[in-house]
Amino acid sequence: MTDALLEVEDLRVTFAAGGREVRAVDSVSFAVSPGATLAIIGESGSGKTVSCRAIMGLLPTGTAIGGSARLRGTELLGLSDAQLRRHRGSDLAMVFQDPARSLNPTMRIGLQITEAIRTHRKVSKAEAQTQAIELLRLVRMPAAERRFHEYPHQLSGGMRQRVMIAMALACRPKLLIADEATTALDVTTQAQIMELLLELQEELDMALIMISHDLGLAASYADEVIVMYAGKIVEQAPAAGLFGTGGAVRMRYTRALLDAIPHLERPAHTQLPVVGGRPPDPTALPSGCSFAPRCQYAEDDCRATVPALAEHAPGHRWACWHPCENGGAA
Amino acid sequence: MTVPEPSATPADGDPRPAEPATQATQATQATPVAAANGEPLLSVRDLVQEFTVRERGGGKAGVVQAVSGVSFDIMPGETLGIVGETGSGKSTLARAILQAPRPKSGSVVFRGKELTRLRGGSLLQARRHMQFVFQDPFGSLDPKWKVRSIVDEPLVAYHTGSGAARRKRVNELLDLVGLDPARYAKRHPRELSGGQAQRVAIARAVALEPSLLICDEAVSSLDVLIQAQVLNLFERLRAELGLAYLFIAHDLALVKQVSDRVAVMYLGKLCETGPGNAVYREPLHPYTRALLDSIPSTEPGSARASTVIKGEPPSPINPPSGCRFRTRCPRATDLCATDEPMPRELATGHFVACHFPLTEAPPAEAAGNGSGHAAAPAGTETKTSKAVR
Repeated sequence: MTDALLEVEDLRVTFAAGGREVRAVDSVSFAVSPGATLAIIGESGSGKTVSCRAIMGLLPTGTAIGGSARLRGTELLGLSDAQLRRHRGSDLAMVFQDPARSLNPTMRIGLQITEAIRTHRKVSKAEAQTQAIELLRLVRMPAAERRFHEYPHQLSGGMRQRVMIAMALACRPKLLIADEATTALDVTTQAQIMELLLELQEELDMALIMISHDLGLAASYADEVIVMYAGKIVEQAPAAGLFGTGGAVRMRYTRALLDAIPHLERPAHTQLPVVGGRPPDPTALPSGCSFAPRCQYAEDDCRATVPALAEHAPGHRWACWHPCENGGAA
Repeated sequence: MTVPEPSATPADGDPRPAEPATQATQATQATPVAAANGEPLLSVRDLVQEFTVRERGGGKAGVVQAVSGVSFDIMPGETLGIVGETGSGKSTLARAILQAPRPKSGSVVFRGKELTRLRGGSLLQARRHMQFVFQDPFGSLDPKWKVRSIVDEPLVAYHTGSGAARRKRVNELLDLVGLDPARYAKRHPRELSGGQAQRVAIARAVALEPSLLICDEAVSSLDVLIQAQVLNLFERLRAELGLAYLFIAHDLALVKQVSDRVAVMYLGKLCETGPGNAVYREPLHPYTRALLDSIPSTEPGSARASTVIKGEPPSPINPPSGCRFRTRCPRATDLCATDEPMPRELATGHFVACHFPLTEAPPAEAAGNGSGHAAAPAGTETKTSKAVR
């Protein structure tokens, strides 16, 4: 895929924690086309956030990062901070989970957005202010001129997230990474912010990587879905290839995630199908498939050899020795 | 054993103005009550909780109407789910039931006792049968205590048995919630995962064999697989211990999964109450519909929210007149601004507080009204903000 906006190949991230090696991300490869939406799904500690922070150059110094991440042919890994700054904002931007902590509580939001604009562009204060109000309108902030002069604590969670998106869009990035951007929001606000992101994506012809723990969110909004477990991609497919009538989940872990979501159709007081245990200790990963200790279908080969992530069907890659037949719906 | 008759009159020392009092009476007549015989375990009537917001300097800036006249019953062994967004007052409601802090007015009858009138030792004894599980397990477990002491604490507080008996009971409780006592009893909370810590909090909550467990967003901070484990644990405890639950969460699908009946809360009031299936299959209130539409589905494309409701909930300091949802409601008319809708029973056990429930055709006035609510506060309409200014 040469027309990809972002190409990540064999990304590896290793932290040193207390003398032990933590392999947070292991051989992760994916590509994002211009204007596409990719969802990266996984539980806490699966490596989804670390992958994206590695691409953005936001990991602490001393982290060992291997592999490659090319943005329209330019290698991002290994760039100096000064070089990266040229890409951040204009090419890549990120929105985080907790807007309350990402905003400076002592600064009016207008000033924070203006500052973001003036960091990246040589424009006058007045010009930056005009642009900031335009940005607030772009993210459908009600009463943008009034909100411009308000402090973060005067805004609701949804509005704060709109401010964060406005700042991220200040330089019209080609790729926006939304890291659990709607997780802290109410379900109706989440729907509003997701709709906003999709509308903006179309208006600005922007690619979107959404990091989430919610497969439902991925099914509703993404073109392509990546499921991560213990630092590795375990399944990757177009959303239509996983969900709905034409789709089939193959990896047992994805199936378990899907089954554990409470559905409105499920009768009350029934036991949810669950997998026991919890994700493995990243300093002591099991040999073989890392999901095997929790997987009820695991056999000896699962515990002995790591299944490779391979394309078993067009566009559909999974890493499992004994995949689900017909999606494995319970 | 005779149960003292619950008092029919609301808590005294409550000089309510005449008009709200009549409203309260109306509301009581059409109170959503389980269609079952026998005494309810918990009976909440016209519960009101308000907080005064002060300006810098101490002047009164406003009154937050957090809970405004909420009534419901929970039968023994029954689960009532309350679903609502941030700021809807669901957590305040739970705390008002617990009398921590005491509600401003209204009645809470639990196991035949009027809690709003009990104090001191008798309140403690009544609360023994009503336990709480909170959202953040690490915030509700003392980081310096070991798991054994945490689970032992309620047993000590209520003087149940000797040290050896309590020790045995703690082991049983840890077993009950699926934690091996040999491995976990000596750990500190920081040595537990989120799911394990929540299990400890649950073990502590069921230690005194309560008849009601109030769960306030008890699984919201857990990963989906761990969440399913804890939900199954709640379900098992319900069956094994005959527990009744007041299950509070923002996730309608999750609430429906565990509940016999579901109540939908918006800005301090219950707008719809009914059997879980009925509320989900045939929602009567436009707000319930909007909540249902906002849930992402695993059917791609199909559930792209068709009716995303606009704007944000208004401030509970100065809630809208009449129906509190009217500023965001596509069906709102002038009537909704002037008259507060009272709960009506449209199907057996299915109550709605709406002038124009979804089973009826939309009002003619609202049809052309679209989304341009004239009386909408700033924050309601988004796309026309430029034109308005």
